[in-house]
Amino acid sequence: MTQVKRLISRNAVPLLFGIVCLLGVYFAKMPGQFLLMEIVKRMARNSFLVLSLIIPVAAGMGLNFGIVLGALAGQIALILSTHWEWSGIGGLVLTALLATPLAVLFGFLAGMLLNKAKGREMITGMVMGFFANGLYQFVFLFLVGTLIPFDNPRLRISTSPGLRNTIDLGRIKGTLDGIWEVRYGFTKFPMVTFLVIAVLALAIWAFFRTKLGQEFRAIGQDRHIAGVAGISVDRNRILAIIISTVLAAWGQLIFLQNIGTLNTYNSHEQVGTFAIAALLIGGATVTKATIGQALMGTFLFHLLFAVSPKAGQTIFGSAQVGEYFRVFVAYGIIAISLALHAWQSRSAAKAKLEEETA
Amino acid sequence: MSVPVLEMKQISKSFYGTQVLKNVSLTLGRGEIHCLVGENGAGKSTLMNILFGMPVITNTGGYEGTVLINGESVAFDSPRAAIEAGIGMVHQEFMLLPGFSVTENVKLNRELTRPNPFSMIFGKKLETLNRRQMAKDTRSALDRLGMTIDEWVPVAGLPVGYLQFVEIAREIDKENLQLLVLDEPTAVLTESEAEQFLGVIQRLAQSGISILFITHRLDEVMAVADRITILKDGELVSSGPKEDFTITQIAELMVGRRIDTEARKKRTTRPKDEEVVLEVRDLRVNMPGEALRGIDLDVFRGEILGIGGLAGHGKVGLANGIMGLYPSQGKVLYEGQEVPLNDTQAVLKLGLAFVSEDRRGVGLVLEDTIANNIVLTSMQSQDKFLKPGLLKLKDEKRIINHALESIDKFDIRCTGPEQIVRRLSGGNQQKVCLARAFTQEPKLLFVSEPTRGIDVGAKSRVLELIVELNEMGVTVVFTSSELAELRSIADRIAIIYEGRLAGILPPDAPDVQYGLLMAGKSLEEVGSR
Repeated sequence: MTQVKRLISRNAVPLLFGIVCLLGVYFAKMPGQFLLMEIVKRMARNSFLVLSLIIPVAAGMGLNFGIVLGALAGQIALILSTHWEWSGIGGLVLTALLATPLAVLFGFLAGMLLNKAKGREMITGMVMGFFANGLYQFVFLFLVGTLIPFDNPRLRISTSPGLRNTIDLGRIKGTLDGIWEVRYGFTKFPMVTFLVIAVLALAIWAFFRTKLGQEFRAIGQDRHIAGVAGISVDRNRILAIIISTVLAAWGQLIFLQNIGTLNTYNSHEQVGTFAIAALLIGGATVTKATIGQALMGTFLFHLLFAVSPKAGQTIFGSAQVGEYFRVFVAYGIIAISLALHAWQSRSAAKAKLEEETA
Repeated sequence: MSVPVLEMKQISKSFYGTQVLKNVSLTLGRGEIHCLVGENGAGKSTLMNILFGMPVITNTGGYEGTVLINGESVAFDSPRAAIEAGIGMVHQEFMLLPGFSVTENVKLNRELTRPNPFSMIFGKKLETLNRRQMAKDTRSALDRLGMTIDEWVPVAGLPVGYLQFVEIAREIDKENLQLLVLDEPTAVLTESEAEQFLGVIQRLAQSGISILFITHRLDEVMAVADRITILKDGELVSSGPKEDFTITQIAELMVGRRIDTEARKKRTTRPKDEEVVLEVRDLRVNMPGEALRGIDLDVFRGEILGIGGLAGHGKVGLANGIMGLYPSQGKVLYEGQEVPLNDTQAVLKLGLAFVSEDRRGVGLVLEDTIANNIVLTSMQSQDKFLKPGLLKLKDEKRIINHALESIDKFDIRCTGPEQIVRRLSGGNQQKVCLARAFTQEPKLLFVSEPTRGIDVGAKSRVLELIVELNEMGVTVVFTSSELAELRSIADRIAIIYEGRLAGILPPDAPDVQYGLLMAGKSLEEVGSR
């Protein structure tokens, strides 16, 4: 009985959202086939991005809101590759290779900044994301076509400087998903994309069994103690952020090749918030995140995302409210997860105390 | 004579213009136990930080003088370099990661690894951990220390006494270990644990490891040291083989003034043992690690009641429970009036005050000034030091004046009432705590472990202050782990065993009776021997 109770209280967050999801599915009354298709599509799209958050959590840097920088690196590479008209799966791989040094550079800079803000990584990362977004817009909205000569009509509007609001990614659209698809009813399973995600999950799992992974975990628990043991804390923290940023860049490419169009000025904006919401829903906390939690969280979050507009419409009778409901859900989830986490750690401390005087 | 393992010659160091070490030299032979003693602030830690290449030294301009290991000059710029040269350090606070197992802690940053395909491309850092071999090594280190704990158990669940041994296991697991620095390792251990600990380090020394041992407990120094070095105000006062010193001499050299081990002045009047001021009935306190499981106790007006017992048996739970810091149940009567449990504010208003054993956690607002810390409780619970009016504004002038008075009265060594409490030494922080309790003008004062982690000079001053307060008519309940301290100032001493009262003894009762009570024998059994 107590075991069941403990199991429930440990997994309160995913359970709660599981219930909300079931209610959503019930009210949305969507056909099962359609729901399956949505979920498979969204899992393939987002899992990689969510997995990219795990390493900084283990290194004690909290939820890396700075993956926005990785997404930007991916998008910059994508803009260039579109300009040079790279296409096919080869084009996508080349784009990933092009994004990597950019992401390494961004990650390095972000890591340096976060080292100056130890203990406040999350808020710093978030604001850093806003700042990077500003720079990105400055470059692509203003400098391109004025200071930077760039005259590709497919990417630029002729009447004013800056890139188009949306860029068609036709040349690489679905190139990864399309390599091998297995059909089940309406649903197409992008096997290679899932394989890539599985490889990443496996790599993260193996990583924590290496010397470097052990160092990250040690730093995650106590920087000072790790430092006294001779682990170079600052260097490893930068490394953790670089790894996360590079993975996020690749993740954003997988995301965009699935979508097929780049919203030049918006695609990256909510990458951090949504990936983090997904991770938290899976039961992860600021200090602990596993691969299982990341995948479970991605599933629940996007299930809720898929059904919420429809459910909102059924319940409230308005599509507008349904739209609003989506955003409400995303941010509400982060707030509730963090509050539930605080509540859980408090009740855990209380339980320990009661054990001692029994 | 063979080359000494460690020689430190003419070491000087200053922080921002303040000289903290002046021409200190130290020599340590193989397999020797060298005790380094001195008051807080004497420069012991700085000397060890230099030896260990801690960033706090390198970041502040390094040091002067030379360090020789096995006759070769070295200058460590990081702990890593010191570790590689065979120096191990057990720090005062535990350097263990709670979420890691014993093995992972012992092998921290010295993990054994196996190559894998990725490590061949990306380098040694990506080699896989060889957990089985790591556990094997840890087992053998634990066995050398006579520890039976499982090598995979997480450190978070271990009793405090074990942690120190895990730290030592980590150090002796280093194959090239030739010098082990122990910085006040016994401060958190109970008497029996400390004894076991001393046995272990003697065994280590016999196996050829040199030990540099920093401690405040002078009887430990006499028990294990081969040589003793005494520092005072950054200078070397005396150094030589143990046989040249006695405990009183060491204490004298450390503080540079004669200290009286009997802090207690002879009482002019004995408290009357009839008027009960505090009545405790079946008190249960839910304090982690120090739980009380039902205790009955009477405190008489005007006395100093000592509370003793081994760590973990609940002696500090009494004050914490009555003051409402930990959940408690039972009945407590103060002056015949029922004390509301679990309501600190109400208890303070009754005129009870508390100097916590957790000086830095509960006792002080570390980031605030001395003045504010001194008046805090009075201001919050008694509305003192406020300007008249509804707004309850702080009366800064009176606060500063009162702080200056207290600094003088309690001999708080500081730069002024505006100094941040964190910067004070432990002893002076304790004096601030006492000054605050005194400011409340309490009728009954709980003092817990007031001398823990403070140096000999401050220690006797703190005890004197408690006696002075008592002579002004304050009843004191004085909890301490040091029996000698209790016996020097208390009128009666209650020994707590496993959360219950084992018995009450007069301070001049024979040692053996105390020993037996602490070991769980009843007073009847003790008396019959």
